[in-house]
Amino acid sequence: MAIETAWTAAELDTDEMVLQMGPQHPSTHGVLRIELRTDGEVVKAARPHIGYLHRCFEKHSENVDYPGVIPYTDRMDYVASMGNSLGYALAVEKLMAIEVSPYVQTIRVIMAELQRIASHCIAVGTYGMDIGAFTPFLHLLRDREKILDLFEWTCGARLLYNYNWIGGLSHDVPDGFVRACRQFLREYEAITHPELMDLLIGNKIFIKRTAGVGVCPVELAINYDLTGPNLRGSGLPRDLRKDEPYSGYENYQFEVPVGKGEYGPVGSCFDRNIVRAHEMAESAKIIHQAMDRLEKLDKSDVREKVPKRVKPAKGEIYARSEAPRGQLGYYVVADGTGVNPYRVKVKSPCFTAMSVFHVLAKGMYLADIIALIGSLDVVLGEIDR
Amino acid sequence: MDLLSSLLGGVLAGQPAWLLALVAALICATLLVTFMALGPIAYVYAETKLAGFFQDRIGPKRVGPHGLLQTIADAVKLMFKEAIFPAAADKFLFVLAPCLVVVGAFLGFVVIPFGTRLQTADLNIGLFYVVAVSSLSTVGIIMAGWASNNKYALFGAMRSAAQIVSYEIPAVFSMLVIVMIVGSLSLQDVVNAQHGGIGYWFLFRYFPLNLIAFLVFFTASLAECNRAPFDIPEAESELVAGFHTEYSGFFFAMFFMAEYTEMFIVSAVASVLFLGGYLAPHPMLQTVGGLGLGPLWLFLKAFTLIFIMMWLRWTLPRLRVDQLMHVAWKVLLPISMTLAVVVGGLVLVPATRWGFGLWDRTWAWVVAIGIVAYLIVGMFRAIQWSRTRNRVMATS
Repeated sequence: MAIETAWTAAELDTDEMVLQMGPQHPSTHGVLRIELRTDGEVVKAARPHIGYLHRCFEKHSENVDYPGVIPYTDRMDYVASMGNSLGYALAVEKLMAIEVSPYVQTIRVIMAELQRIASHCIAVGTYGMDIGAFTPFLHLLRDREKILDLFEWTCGARLLYNYNWIGGLSHDVPDGFVRACRQFLREYEAITHPELMDLLIGNKIFIKRTAGVGVCPVELAINYDLTGPNLRGSGLPRDLRKDEPYSGYENYQFEVPVGKGEYGPVGSCFDRNIVRAHEMAESAKIIHQAMDRLEKLDKSDVREKVPKRVKPAKGEIYARSEAPRGQLGYYVVADGTGVNPYRVKVKSPCFTAMSVFHVLAKGMYLADIIALIGSLDVVLGEIDR
Repeated sequence: MDLLSSLLGGVLAGQPAWLLALVAALICATLLVTFMALGPIAYVYAETKLAGFFQDRIGPKRVGPHGLLQTIADAVKLMFKEAIFPAAADKFLFVLAPCLVVVGAFLGFVVIPFGTRLQTADLNIGLFYVVAVSSLSTVGIIMAGWASNNKYALFGAMRSAAQIVSYEIPAVFSMLVIVMIVGSLSLQDVVNAQHGGIGYWFLFRYFPLNLIAFLVFFTASLAECNRAPFDIPEAESELVAGFHTEYSGFFFAMFFMAEYTEMFIVSAVASVLFLGGYLAPHPMLQTVGGLGLGPLWLFLKAFTLIFIMMWLRWTLPRLRVDQLMHVAWKVLLPISMTLAVVVGGLVLVPATRWGFGLWDRTWAWVVAIGIVAYLIVGMFRAIQWSRTRNRVMATS
């Protein structure tokens, strides 16, 4: 099979070279292939090629029943599976008008926020590694492991949970979960977060490498539909948890961190990254509040509202939630005849983030391309689905 | 070599002089090759273990006690691994490149003085020689990048060439400072000019001018041996593995060996130039019961510098190419040139004229005590931090 290329030899200047970065490259965050048209170290143009991880998620969904889709959603953004299944569960619940209990909602919030911390640990950690700092990555991975331990304890899985079911959860949190979770947060807040801020974010070389690189002004971000930390990094405080609360997010006090452009124009790689770092602290705040709430609430059966047979009436629904990488939207169409969804369409935050890549990459240095991919924090599993 | 020759003179009495020289040279070469081949095993073990400690993990643990045999196992594995030649590679250059890099790194050993007489050859152009042969590895690196017929390798090679050429200049200018003070290029003379304890080390001469020269030299040598934060020629997140992307097995091991050897060489040269080489911080510590501790002191100094290199590598992110050039041409070069001019003026004045001797010695002790105090304070703070951590982690 011939490799699809963006430029033919005739189109290139004599001093230009096409560099195929990926799909087997250590820092394209999965199997992304980028074609770079380079003039020495300067990248004249870049074109990403996606699809190396395509697993027909949407077609699969049409051939399994509604709950059967959930494990497939886990495999989209495999770094943050909890957020994916939560979005899908919300969509089908909205379609079937199921109202879950506050107890379930609170557990969902705790899990989603723990997942956000875990996901940002990977995002910020690997970003440091892209820039060349290896140590923060392992420090953050250490904490991610602790979160995964909590997940494993709760539902038995460490990566793909199948936890958020339609109308409930697969398992209740185990006894002592709150205490263990508080212990984790205490460690995180006292040790990992200050260490991260000192070692990586505050590092002068790190600032030099990221501030002013890959600047995405807020208009451009909106035009290309960036969401989540990428949009907030451009200085717009848009967060579905605040603007369109779901699962009882309106009950929690937290800030929406935005990029301030301390060391250069707003919307640079540094801003996107520091937004993630601050978001981890905010998530910790939410979890504290949610656990206080959880302790006050009566324990209820988490599978109480789970329907025996999920067969929504004819209709369609679009529901979105704030996944760690941005707004994750599910468009679910039910034809009212079978137990399989007629259509499941996903609006992926990483896909839109990738779409702005070629605009930002123009005229960059080769090393900054890596910094840019890392700061957009794409997960190819979600782009290709 | 002189020492060896005179020793051999007793054994091989009556033989022709050329045979004596040949045998002495062969013994020296064997010793140094062994040292060079086995050295990296120690450095790599130190590096992996230190990296483990910096990163809150244990490091190698399984092979041998405390993982001591891990690097030996790695080396054996690399030796038996198949050497893969890319189909489109230029085979001759592909094989020649690692050899050249290793030879370039190895030749530096010839002039390093481990003691008054423990030196393979006391060349009268020692420093010049070190600079010249350490640049030889650049040729090897470019050759590797070109022969691999891989775009990433080519990028790595071009970066490496640009980097080494740029950083050689500030390094040489800061060497020049010492050469002007000593008035000789021989490394033995450089060491001899620093007799008398820590106060006479060139690090503190014309305080703080030579201290700056040392920092410039150390930074530039970091860049010259492609260590972080200047490791852009093999930046693994950008260029996969840079110039040695296509190398496997023993050829890869040769690049690896050369890198670590070069680290030792620049550290040893820095110790000789600024830290008194094989001289002890106080003359009383030079010999213990008639046994010269010279090599020990040199190793101690060189390994301290190597430790700092590793420390930097596991702490700092990597610079970008243009920032790297900025540091070399706009920061280090002006500083080192100014230093060369200023110190060049100062050496014309007798050292006793403006009380420089006293000034240097005072500052030397102040700085030395300051560094020790800083380390002690740092250690206490680290212990405190780890106690806090343990407390936080233990309460549940």
